Amino acid sequence: MEGLKYAVGDRTIVAEGAKLIPIYVMGKRYEVPETLTIMKALEYVGYRFIRGCGCRAGACGACVTVYRTAGDYRLKFGLACQTVIEPNMYLVQIPFVPANKAIYDINQLSPDIFTFEKLYPETFRCLACNTCTKACPMDIPVMDCIQSLIQGDIKKCAELSHPCIMCGMCSLRCPAEIQHPFVTLLARRLYGKYLTPKAKHLEKRIEQIKKGMFDWMLDELMEIPLEDLKERYTEREFEPEPYDPDWHPKDRRYLIIEED
Amino acid sequence: MGGYPEILQEALARVEETRPKRLEAAKKKKYYPKLLPSEYEDVLKKYHPDYRPEGRRVLKIGPNKGEELQVELVELLEGRPWIEPVDFSSRLRSPDYTTDVLVIGGGGAGSAAALLASENGSQVMLATKLRHGDANTIMAEGGIQAADLPYDSPYYHFLDTIGGGHFTNDKRLVRALVLDAPLVIKWLEDLGVMFDKEPDGTMKELFGGGLCRRRMHSSSDRTGAEIMRVLRDEVSNHKQVQILEFSPAVELLLDDEGMIGGAILYNLDVQEFLVVKAKAVILATGGYGRLHLHGFATTNHYGATGDGLVLAYRLGVPLKNLHYAQFHPTGAAFPEQCAGMLVTEKVRTLGAEPVNKDGNRFCHPLEPRDVESALIIRECIERGNGIITPTGRVGVWLDVPMIDLIWGEGTTAKALSSKYLQFKRYGIDISKQPILVFPTLHYQNGGLCINEWGETVVPGLFAAGEVSGGIHGDNRLMGNSLLDINVFGRRTGIRAAQFAKNRGEVKGLNLRHLERYLRELDKLGIKSNKKAPIILPDYRSPDKIKT
Repeated sequence: MEGLKYAVGDRTIVAEGAKLIPIYVMGKRYEVPETLTIMKALEYVGYRFIRGCGCRAGACGACVTVYRTAGDYRLKFGLACQTVIEPNMYLVQIPFVPANKAIYDINQLSPDIFTFEKLYPETFRCLACNTCTKACPMDIPVMDCIQSLIQGDIKKCAELSHPCIMCGMCSLRCPAEIQHPFVTLLARRLYGKYLTPKAKHLEKRIEQIKKGMFDWMLDELMEIPLEDLKERYTEREFEPEPYDPDWHPKDRRYLIIEED
Repeated sequence: MGGYPEILQEALARVEETRPKRLEAAKKKKYYPKLLPSEYEDVLKKYHPDYRPEGRRVLKIGPNKGEELQVELVELLEGRPWIEPVDFSSRLRSPDYTTDVLVIGGGGAGSAAALLASENGSQVMLATKLRHGDANTIMAEGGIQAADLPYDSPYYHFLDTIGGGHFTNDKRLVRALVLDAPLVIKWLEDLGVMFDKEPDGTMKELFGGGLCRRRMHSSSDRTGAEIMRVLRDEVSNHKQVQILEFSPAVELLLDDEGMIGGAILYNLDVQEFLVVKAKAVILATGGYGRLHLHGFATTNHYGATGDGLVLAYRLGVPLKNLHYAQFHPTGAAFPEQCAGMLVTEKVRTLGAEPVNKDGNRFCHPLEPRDVESALIIRECIERGNGIITPTGRVGVWLDVPMIDLIWGEGTTAKALSSKYLQFKRYGIDISKQPILVFPTLHYQNGGLCINEWGETVVPGLFAAGEVSGGIHGDNRLMGNSLLDINVFGRRTGIRAAQFAKNRGEVKGLNLRHLERYLRELDKLGIKSNKKAPIILPDYRSPDKIKT
């Protein structure tokens, strides 16, 4: 398999004939091959990250970067691991965002607007200026999250904010000094815990497990010889894919089906 | 901006050409036939990077002496420590911190462990290499398994898991995993994790590779991020848990009775060592994707350098199920900026299938991960049916547009919203265009030997999550790792709190195990110039690295 030469870890391969373009890291000029992400461009010029680098896949919010491009007055925001460099980009990474997270016992809260008034009163100072939305590297309509919350719609806030990576850029930019990442996190937790119906089948299954109803089946699997185990694996009945609501298993020996 | 360059357009056109016919079959649930389980071995032996004899070396030291493991892993285990024991003899008498339970690692397993240890009456310190929550957990997309539907049972979850692991799993651990699974989902639901549900509260559950029933709970395609956000928030609400960020462990400590005594941490910000005395230690350091076994790209987060393996190995904790790493079948191969990035299995569970440069299907979309990876490597390397990217990587198409065509327009944007956004940034609309994928190093299947309570052979030393071994055998199924970190995070948290309560004072910290290990390395003539643990990988251009 000499072809495995194709795989080369994480250090960037620069495409042949790639053009070099200038970028300014904290004001200092470097020339780097175009098409790199900000993160890989920084590594290309010799940075080794301690802060400002996390999952390297756009999911964690560690590498949020603020930049301007030449001739444009606007501040832009992006994740270093996801944003491709542009010529004459002036950039800096934000290694940490100070924030006040409220301390609470989730079991003692009620899922309503008064909880937010108590824990994060500054939320209600929202000026609806939309600066937060412009600062979001995940394209979340942040202002809509806050505004729907103010109107008492926790569900909407939770659903809209679900892609949040909690990088904190909205909060840094907000003239009303709202802690959006923590406010929306609280909305999601309240929604998940109180405002969606519980999974009844889950509760039932836990009861069955606590009563030990599955123990004999698992005892069997623990004790049977390897050959028998392999046979049971090969012969297990498959539910059809994709989901078919009309399917019923033929083999019910290892199921516990209780009527409601 | 972006999109596919000219040189990929021809291959792209072929995928579109064959799509209508393939789609028609897919709608009738007809995909490329699955291999028989008896055919797996042959394919794995020939094409799986970890089944080939190359890229391995005999480990010369420690409890697993004599085993042939990947070169990168052996180099880690035989590496030089960050500290010299003699320099620390006086430091150990005046620890910087004292706690009941020290949790090393701030991902899902560490956070669950910290919560349960704290709820069981312990003072807890959670030390983590990067920020709290910077871990593979936050990147897990597809879902979490638990047999909680009427037509499913822990029995089938057990069978799927052990069969997927090629019957090399520790049965005690699998039993704990499948019986705790519904409890874990309930715990998360009660903490406020937003699971995908039907209006009546029934969990929307999907299939996954190697599963005989629908068992996959999800929160859009960012299940891990949702779980991690909630666990992190909950830990922050527990005042008995002290969090120490940017402070990875570089060595473990014993006490004079041979029990665990704590750890030496290294504050990355000010480059200073810290001595922590603890009555119990939980290793939750995660996996080793950033070792780039066999040179493969990886889906793992920046700090996934396998630290816990070498720390505990120096104490004599045996390793298991590390012969085979998990290569995820579908890592991004284009654009270059995304190389190695995870493309969740959920893409295939929703109906997308892999096709080659001629637009033809060549394998079932949902084989077990190792088999699927081997089949993609075979198609690219042996059969030459891969597509070459402008940077010289190779891959096959994953025909994502099938999803909207099967389930209706907008499905991809909703059910795979983070993938959709990621590719959109590079000018690729995955609901309309396929993506290029190639296997990528994804998961450390094995690790430190533990029992069903996460205990290692060293009294007071526990391990949970990816650093541990035996739960998944030689191959983990989708949705079992988000489960594993919660099940064993919780179990170790409870047990470590009990251990800390029952033991007396920690008597005299020492590094005798390290002195022994170093003497042994010396005797064997192993002279490594590599520091272990690695802590962070180095991706600077080679000419920029100063020695």
